Amino acid sequence: MRRLPPIGHIIFILAVLLTGFLIENTYYFQLLVFVGIHTLLALGLNMLMGYAGQISLGHAAFYGIGAYTTAILTATYGFSPWAALPCAVLLASAVAYVVGLPTLKLSGYYLGMGTLGFGMIGFIVFREWSSLTGGSSGFVGIPPLEIGPVSFYSGRSYFFLVWTVVLGIIILCRRLIDSRTGRALRSIHDSEKASRAIGVDTMALKLRVFVFSAAVAALAGFLYAHFVTFISPGTFDFLASVRMVTMVVIGGMASVWGALLGAFLLTLLPEWLHAFSEFEMVVYGLILMGVMIVLPRGLFRGLLDVFEGAREQTAKRSGGVNGR
Amino acid sequence: MLRIKNLRCYYGRIMAIKGVSLSVMEGEIISLIGANGAGKSTLLEAACGLLPSWKGEIDFQGNSLKGCDGPAIVRKGISLVPEGRLIFPPMSVTDNLKLGAYTRYRKRQHAEVARDLEMVIDLFPILRERANQPAGTLSGGEQQMLAIGRALMARPRLLALDEPSMGLAPLMVEKILDTLQLLKKEGLTILLVEQNAQAALKIADRGYVLETGKIVLQGNASDLLSDVEVKRAYLGKDYEEFYEGRD
Repeated sequence: MRRLPPIGHIIFILAVLLTGFLIENTYYFQLLVFVGIHTLLALGLNMLMGYAGQISLGHAAFYGIGAYTTAILTATYGFSPWAALPCAVLLASAVAYVVGLPTLKLSGYYLGMGTLGFGMIGFIVFREWSSLTGGSSGFVGIPPLEIGPVSFYSGRSYFFLVWTVVLGIIILCRRLIDSRTGRALRSIHDSEKASRAIGVDTMALKLRVFVFSAAVAALAGFLYAHFVTFISPGTFDFLASVRMVTMVVIGGMASVWGALLGAFLLTLLPEWLHAFSEFEMVVYGLILMGVMIVLPRGLFRGLLDVFEGAREQTAKRSGGVNGR
Repeated sequence: MLRIKNLRCYYGRIMAIKGVSLSVMEGEIISLIGANGAGKSTLLEAACGLLPSWKGEIDFQGNSLKGCDGPAIVRKGISLVPEGRLIFPPMSVTDNLKLGAYTRYRKRQHAEVARDLEMVIDLFPILRERANQPAGTLSGGEQQMLAIGRALMARPRLLALDEPSMGLAPLMVEKILDTLQLLKKEGLTILLVEQNAQAALKIADRGYVLETGKIVLQGNASDLLSDVEVKRAYLGKDYEEFYEGRD
């Protein structure tokens, strides 16, 4: 017996279709493409942070590896983007494996420091290896994506491409979480000792999730590079890593929809706050602080609690009426 | 079945186990008793692959466990019910149990795992009522049952328990120990580490007394129960006589 697709996925597909056909403004499409790319980043990192309970402050490097690999292969060496995609994802995965092997032995603050160091190295490599990456002045001339006759040049077509990928990764993540591997991941979060006692190879599993999240980040980097067609190291600096962590935390850890909300808020908020001109960053910081104070478990959990609370209230009230 | 010879474990430069030898025969319940800090848990962790290193010999069914990590040992047939139960609180009771069979899913044993899930739930019927509840909402005794059930899901030959009676009401302790006797009848070998010496020795075939990293007494459980030394140190009887004798 096949189960029906979860209600969340249906709402998601409808929302994407509606926005895709109702919006005409190119600027909005551009923003929504960025939201989608950031959602991918948050989804991958969420598997590592929210489910396995490990922090990474260096994920921008994997994002950058994805973007620069495809940029160099397509623009410099004339590869088709679709041939460059697996290279980008594989390279990021391989780097994640090599970096993860020693760093994932660490935990807590030390893992944070270790990955932070890696992120900085990534940024410096993108900036200083100028013969390959174009250095700090950036890399120009990345070709846009095409599938046969369909060219993803317009905002709308790219919007659909990115959000289809997001849907695919959401489904993948959810299937992973509900599997044997997902249960084992959550068990590491609760108690590493107990999960080793029941026979979970925690080290190997952490490494696999780390590689998975790096691969998703590289995929996001690929989509980013072919959308903006110009990349520079600044996009993949330390602050980018911090922003990814913030998206996961603000959205709500250990929740696929939380990652989506976090990406939305952190991408759109700066746009809405332009009105505050020089106070923009102050208001931005205050809003993030406010969210964490009012909804310490993140947007998704927090809103769900508010919703369930309200429903209980109505139930109680109607129950009281019936009682009379 | 399990043979430990001259085991030595270190925490940094401190020797926590100072040359312990013991054996567990197939079908036995062995109780390892001792006070806080005697090294009981360390010994279990060494046998279950949770210590990074130890010296000496540990054999299970004739194979050395040297260099085996936790997963390898679970696959060989030793399951640990860890101290303080260490269930996974936010996950459902069913998910906790399924995690116990983690090492078996890869071998395409889905059908057997489902059958074992039924078996464990029959053993602890309260878990059926709680199946979809987060494990953290269970009472202490129920959590202990869940921890034992989770260990059984790996289909062990040897079940090692670290202080299952800790923090439980006497009635619940009795219930847990009854279950262990039932499991023994079904052919499971059990290594029981306890501070509650009286309860542990009552259901055991043989016992060992561990004190500051060394075995100071061993023998049939019934003999140990009546042993004055054991009574003095762990059972709380004859304590006054001992003091009077010294004065």
